[in-house]
Amino acid sequence: MKLKSIITAVAIVGLMASLAFSADCGPKGKSVRILGSDFPAIHAVAGTAKINCEANANEFTVTHKDDTRLIMNAALKPNPAEYTSVIVANSTLTQLMNEDLIRPLNDLVEKYGAHLKPSQLITLDGKVMAVAFMANSQHLFTRKDILAKAGVTKTPATLEEVLDAAEKIRAAGIMEYPIVTNLKVGWNIGEVFNLFFLAHGGTHFKPGSAVPNINNEKGVAALNSMKALAEYAHPDHLTQASNETQGLWEAGKAAIGIMWGSRGAVILDEEGSSKEVTSNTVLSAAPTVGGGSIPAATLWWDGITIAKNIPDDDAEATFAALVSAMTPEMVAEHNDDAVWLIDGFKPGPAAAGVSATARAGAASYPLIPYIGPMHEALGVELVDFLKGNESAEQALADAEAAYTNAAKEKGFLK
Amino acid sequence: MKHRTFFWFILPTLTAMVLFIALPIVSVFIQSLHIEHEHVLVVSKSCDPFGCIETTTIDQEATAQLRKEKPLGRFNGFKTYTNRSHLAFAEVGEAWRTSDGLPAFLNDVFNLPFYRALVFTLTYTFVVTPFVLILGLAVAVGVNNLPKLFKGPTIFVSLLPMIVTPLVGALTLFWMVDGDGVIGATLQRIFNDPSLSLKASGPLTWITVITYGIWHLLPFSFIVFYAGLQTVPMDTLESAMIDGASKWEQMIHVIVPHLMPLVTFITLILLMDNFRVFEPIIGLSAEAHASSLSVIIFNELRESGRPLFGAAGATSMMTIIGVAILLTPVLIRTWRDFNRKGH
Repeated sequence: MKLKSIITAVAIVGLMASLAFSADCGPKGKSVRILGSDFPAIHAVAGTAKINCEANANEFTVTHKDDTRLIMNAALKPNPAEYTSVIVANSTLTQLMNEDLIRPLNDLVEKYGAHLKPSQLITLDGKVMAVAFMANSQHLFTRKDILAKAGVTKTPATLEEVLDAAEKIRAAGIMEYPIVTNLKVGWNIGEVFNLFFLAHGGTHFKPGSAVPNINNEKGVAALNSMKALAEYAHPDHLTQASNETQGLWEAGKAAIGIMWGSRGAVILDEEGSSKEVTSNTVLSAAPTVGGGSIPAATLWWDGITIAKNIPDDDAEATFAALVSAMTPEMVAEHNDDAVWLIDGFKPGPAAAGVSATARAGAASYPLIPYIGPMHEALGVELVDFLKGNESAEQALADAEAAYTNAAKEKGFLK
Repeated sequence: MKHRTFFWFILPTLTAMVLFIALPIVSVFIQSLHIEHEHVLVVSKSCDPFGCIETTTIDQEATAQLRKEKPLGRFNGFKTYTNRSHLAFAEVGEAWRTSDGLPAFLNDVFNLPFYRALVFTLTYTFVVTPFVLILGLAVAVGVNNLPKLFKGPTIFVSLLPMIVTPLVGALTLFWMVDGDGVIGATLQRIFNDPSLSLKASGPLTWITVITYGIWHLLPFSFIVFYAGLQTVPMDTLESAMIDGASKWEQMIHVIVPHLMPLVTFITLILLMDNFRVFEPIIGLSAEAHASSLSVIIFNELRESGRPLFGAAGATSMMTIIGVAILLTPVLIRTWRDFNRKGH
């Protein structure tokens, strides 16, 4: 028996060693330093890269932090940079590109990326700036048992159906505030505006310029959609972000939610909630608005970038290590941690919402240098409208004015 | 003292003050007069997993050239101070011309971020400061009259609010006033109103933040007053007693006048502290209803990808000016007292 287990252990170690050996880790003895956010999918990619290539490198560190966006620019600015790779999303890619801190990856993709899908490559004028590995978006969460109790048989697909279902739940006396969504003042409320604004067909800026373009009938329609939702959300909604809404959902205090796809797996697992909630939660595409066909959601990807201010050999070793993790084997091992964009992904129930939203043609979060100040202005100025203190036009005019101010100081507007 | 001796005596202090106080303020002031260079923008095509679109990017080489020539950015004079995010001269003037009646004008002005923040900051300062002064004195007198055995433990417990990290204290209160929290749920029961929410209403949020401020700062004024009470001259007190003064009269005519220098000191510190109120607003997620100058600076600097150094510099300078204006009456009073005693 003992001998057998030793043989098995040796076999497993040997297998792992051969796997590690099989990965192409690029130049030997280099330094690989990765910075990424602290959630399971990023642990999976960076962790696999480390297992594959640690032996090949002189130094191999992986740093996971919350809110990496607050430090990444400062970390990549010195020469040599603090990290050789930062794992980013749409919005943070712009932030790094605005200061010219990452390098084009075309030659590295050619050398090491044969197994990558073309759709994984984030390109700007043909230059590959990042390699995406997972997708995320907001989408609809519903409790089928509560909807059925209120007499709603079909999962709502439009905002009108969502509001109708909420009204029925309230009228039936089941819940006074059946809707949850992340309306916390600041980034979250700005993001909810983006969802509905894009779904109503709006574009944040006049084409080819940094001139704001939100104070129009599409902006007003977006604000009205938000307000209609907020009517059915708990009075504290202006203080609720992902953690609070997830908490309400897991406590069984909500029946319809527009929340992040990355919360799907966390809500559906056995921790923090009752069987009644998890077994009745359905994840589906984000709702469309005003008879349109675009779901009210922004699509996000997470991907790897390589720092500019580092030796070319370190860059090559880092890239090789990270793409060596983007394989069907890694996906098979971590299938439910994310909606993977890599071959071999089998969408489970937790991924249903994001997949359906992407299929229905939701827009990507805008990859524009000055979307940051716009998002910030929206986050601060729209709250007066939701509180009922001012008209939609006034709130949008305020947001445009606040953005214009910031954009002037940043040198985007004259 | 000879001039030479005085110079060498004061030199270390002077150096430290220039290095740690004057230079940073001058540098912030210079920063506040500048804004970033114009970015050279180019239209390009971007592709991601969800499709390709036309977008705009920054022409890095052209922008880097500009930055190298003038690393401070473009000179903008006092325009950052007068723009909409700060003093908003143009917008206030516009509101004055177009609005009919004072209420409409004020409504327009308080819609501007700087004035909205100023209103809350001043209300907070002028409510919290007197409350902390009076309650602090009351607690100090109470503790001073306790039997010796209880004094130590009571002082320790009374100091706890100050030991708690402000952000942690505010977060704790945030969850307590939640509809499911112990305070929130109790209030709902008392007023028999299940939709009562301390977080959703503006006035209630203000009350929560102000209550938190009083709770947090009370130990400071308490401990200073308590120390002061140990120095009250016993013979004056005894003669007052012999003259038949009641406890209350002793308090008003002997103890409070004796503690007056401490009142000035505590007022100074409290005014400075309260004018830059920050943690309770963040911790209580109260940004929807309350804002302060420090919160504005925080928002301007928070994102490392796009900090607005000029705007943050301008708001900081105005905070310094605001504190100076608030302190002026107290300082003038101290100066007068000092002169009177000198003669």
